[in-house]
Parts: sequence; structure tokens; C-alpha cells
Amino acid sequence: MAKIIDDKPRPTAKDRLNDTVDAVQGSQAWSSIFRPGSIFRKGYTDSPRNRSYVIMNSVLYHLHPVKVKRHAVKVSYTLCLGGLSFFLFILLTVTGIFLMFFYRPEATAAWNDIANLETSVTFGLLVRNMHRWGAHLMVLAVFLHMARVFYHGAYKPPREFNWVIGVILLTLTLLLSFTGYLLPWDQLALWAVAVGTEMMGFTPVFGQEVRFVLLGGAEIGSETLLRWYVLHVLFLPFIIVIFMAIHFWRVRKDGGISGPL
Amino acid sequence: MTEIPEHLLKRAKAAREKSADAPADAAASAEGSGTGGAAASEPAADPRIPAHLLERSRAARSKGDGGGDAAGGGGVAVADKVGAVVTAAPAGGGVPVGAGPGGHTQRLLTVVKSGSIQEVKAAPVDKVHTWPHLLAAEFVAALACLVFTFLFSVWVNAPLYEVANANATPNPSKAPWYFMGLQELLAWFHPMIAGVTIPGVALIVLVFAPYIDKNPSNKPEDRKFATSLMTVHLMFWAVLTIIGSFFRGPGFNFVLPWVDGLFFHL
Repeated sequence: MAKIIDDKPRPTAKDRLNDTVDAVQGSQAWSSIFRPGSIFRKGYTDSPRNRSYVIMNSVLYHLHPVKVKRHAVKVSYTLCLGGLSFFLFILLTVTGIFLMFFYRPEATAAWNDIANLETSVTFGLLVRNMHRWGAHLMVLAVFLHMARVFYHGAYKPPREFNWVIGVILLTLTLLLSFTGYLLPWDQLALWAVAVGTEMMGFTPVFGQEVRFVLLGGAEIGSETLLRWYVLHVLFLPFIIVIFMAIHFWRVRKDGGISGPL
Repeated sequence: MTEIPEHLLKRAKAAREKSADAPADAAASAEGSGTGGAAASEPAADPRIPAHLLERSRAARSKGDGGGDAAGGGGVAVADKVGAVVTAAPAGGGVPVGAGPGGHTQRLLTVVKSGSIQEVKAAPVDKVHTWPHLLAAEFVAALACLVFTFLFSVWVNAPLYEVANANATPNPSKAPWYFMGLQELLAWFHPMIAGVTIPGVALIVLVFAPYIDKNPSNKPEDRKFATSLMTVHLMFWAVLTIIGSFFRGPGFNFVLPWVDGLFFHL
């Protein structure tokens, strides 16, 4: 039997690792995510060029330009209310997805699922609390953001259209909070929604019809729970994300935030 | 040599014809007095040409060899004319001409001022890098918000009462706090007014605020009416919400929270 002559040494584990790292970093996917000039490729040292690259070569470029007006970074002007509203929306999405794993929108199951979530699921109570308080905080933040924008006269040209989008976002925020209010299916949820939808029925012409469609019947029941669940976790978030995208786009198109006064 | 555009050729032809007529008398007087006579006839020929340019071309011609441009330097467009044009008007005539060293005739077509076509750089805006100046602030704000929500959630539990029962109406039944203003309003007015008209008008006015408020200033001292109106509006809802949330008890009757207790849930 002939001996195979091969003077190449077998690659060590370290060589293989290096090859793999080279292959990954040379791949198209890698260079798409970590753009040329990215601080993840070549490290970060503080220089004007690198300060620009932090924004330019990351997903943050969708939200912020590389440079902003000096007065725009003053926290005392915006109080970060718009940004915090967006952050709370993200927080609510994350905690909400967690809650969805443990919740069934049926009248017979919903309340028990919440009770089990609180007692049997690791961090279940904490995440539910964060979702609840975060929701109230978001309604508050959006309200205050609107007041801030009004008192700064920031709805004036060229930002009229963005103000309209903002009022729509406020309405959507209220609807999101209100649809979520029903889901625990306890006495507080049922009767708060009963009072709320009672008011809706007073709308002339189509009030009763809209109420019937939203409740899935004449009274609040299992159908209502399913409908409001879908509205809460899918429909309204989908709509609000579209309007948020338009809102943020308009902020940049209209030359960044308003002011100074 | 680039091709001479047709309109320039036409214009040159017209100038040639004009100078062919004019020099007949101008040249006669210029014969004796030399360049002085030609220079004197020039301003009358075309008053649009600036005096200092005429001065310069006259000085160039008086050198004898006729060197120099009609007008040197940037911002002046000149057209080189060869051949026939040179012979057309050696001295004076309708247009100020200066014969170049190569026998070329140059003619002033237009004077372009620097502001009209050059892009003047916009006034610089005082800007700072988003990173770190804005992102750092946003990061701290988000972190503070997260910590606050987290700690609040650790200490205060979200309410979960007994399972929903359509046959057991709690007393009082209250809407979520952000609709409490509406519910309080319902205790005062007909549902049609309290539930539809007032909030509907408020919402519509709010949506169209930028199209109603035509005052272009964003200075607080210029928009006292707008800010007063908004403050009254916000206070209206705030007061209603506070009354409805804290001062309404069983039967939605008026109570004092420090006497009868709190009938308010988040």
C-alpha cells in the first residue's frame, strides 16, 4: 500500500478558526451589515470622521442625520418627549410579545392565563407590570409631547402636515391603550370598556353600527375579546408604525426639529 | 477653433453692416484728429458699454500696436472673431473693438456679475455631530425611562380583579383615566353633546390647528391668544379628568377622596 505523501501539516483548530473568521468577514452579508468605514470593522477613535460614521454606517441613519442644529440637542427644549414616546412603544412591543406567549383571547381562558402568568411564569408579573405602567406612561408622554410642540409653535409652516400626523398618532395611542385595557378580562377591564364603548354608541348616524362591529355583538363578550386582541397586537401597531415612519420622515424633511424660539 | 454659433454670426454681420455705414462719416473726421475722434464717437454709438471699458479700449488702441483686450479679467465674456471681422472696423464704429496682436478682433458680449450665476454658499448653520451630542442624551433619557418603569413595576403591581362578570356591575364603573374627562362631561350634558359634539369639535380644531392659526411667529410673546386658548383647553380636560377620577364615588356621586376613599384604578 502506497504511502500518501503530503508534506502539508494538518490544519490546527486555530487555523480553521481563522479561516472561518476570514470567510465570514469576507462574505457579502458581513460587508452589508458592517459597512466599509464601520466602527465595528476598524475600531473607534474619536474623530469628526468617525463621529459621522457612527450614524452614517448604522441603522440610526434612518432616524438622525449626521449633524443636527446645536439648539436641537438641548434637552430643555424637547424634554426628549417624542423620543421617549418612541422608546416606550419599543418597550411595549418587547414586553407585549412576551405576554403573547402566555395569553389566549377567550373569555374562558384569558383571566386564568393572566393569573397563571403572574404566579407561575418566571418574570411574568414583572413583565406584565412593565407593560401596564409603560402603556400609561406612553399615553402621558404622547400627551405632553403634543403640548410641548404646541407651546413651541412647532406646528407652524413647514410642519403643519406633521402636526396632523402627530394628532393621528395620539389618537392611535389612545386606541392602543384602550384595546389593551380589556384583555385581562377582569371586572376593571370589562366595565371600563363597557363605559367607554357606551359613549361611542352616542355618535350619530353610524355610532351603533360601529359599536356593533367593534364589540362583535350588542354586548361585550368573547367575540369582543378576540377582536380587541387582534386590534391590540396586530392591527393598531401596524397602523401606528406606518404613521410613525411618516412622522419621523417628515421631521427630517422639514429641517429637523423646530426652533430656537 | 470651436464653431461660432449662428446667432453670434448674425450679430457680427449686423455690426459689420452698421459699421460700414457709420464709419463713412466718422472716419472722415477721424482722418485728421486720429484716435481722439474715434473715441469721441463711441459713447454715442452704444451707451450700454461702461465708460471705464471704453476708456481702457481707447488706451489700448492709442498704444499704436493695438495690444490688450477690450476688457480683461474674469467675469467678461469675449468672442474671438477672425478673418472678415478684422477688416470690417479697424477703428471706431458701432462697437468698441480692439485689434489683438494676432490681428484678432475681440468684442464684449456680456458682463456677468458674480452673484447671478455663481452659487453663493448658504449662510452656515451652527451644527453639532449627532453622535455623541444627541445620541448620548437620548440614550440616557431612554435608560432613565427604562429604569423608572422597571423600578415602578417591581414595587407596584398591575391590578387584576376578579374575573369579568357581566351580571355584577361595580359601583362606580369608570373608564380608563384618559377617557375620564369624557365620562365626567357625560354627567353634565346630554350624551350627544358631551360624548360627540364637544370632543369632536376639540379633536377637529386640534387637527387643523396649523391651518387655523396663521400667525407665522413662534415667539411666545407673539402668540398669547393661541397659548391661552390651548392652556384653557388642556386645563378644561385636566380638571374634568381629576374630578372624574378622584372626586366621583358610588353612583358617580360627588365625594371627597380624603373622606370617602379613592375610587380610582389605573
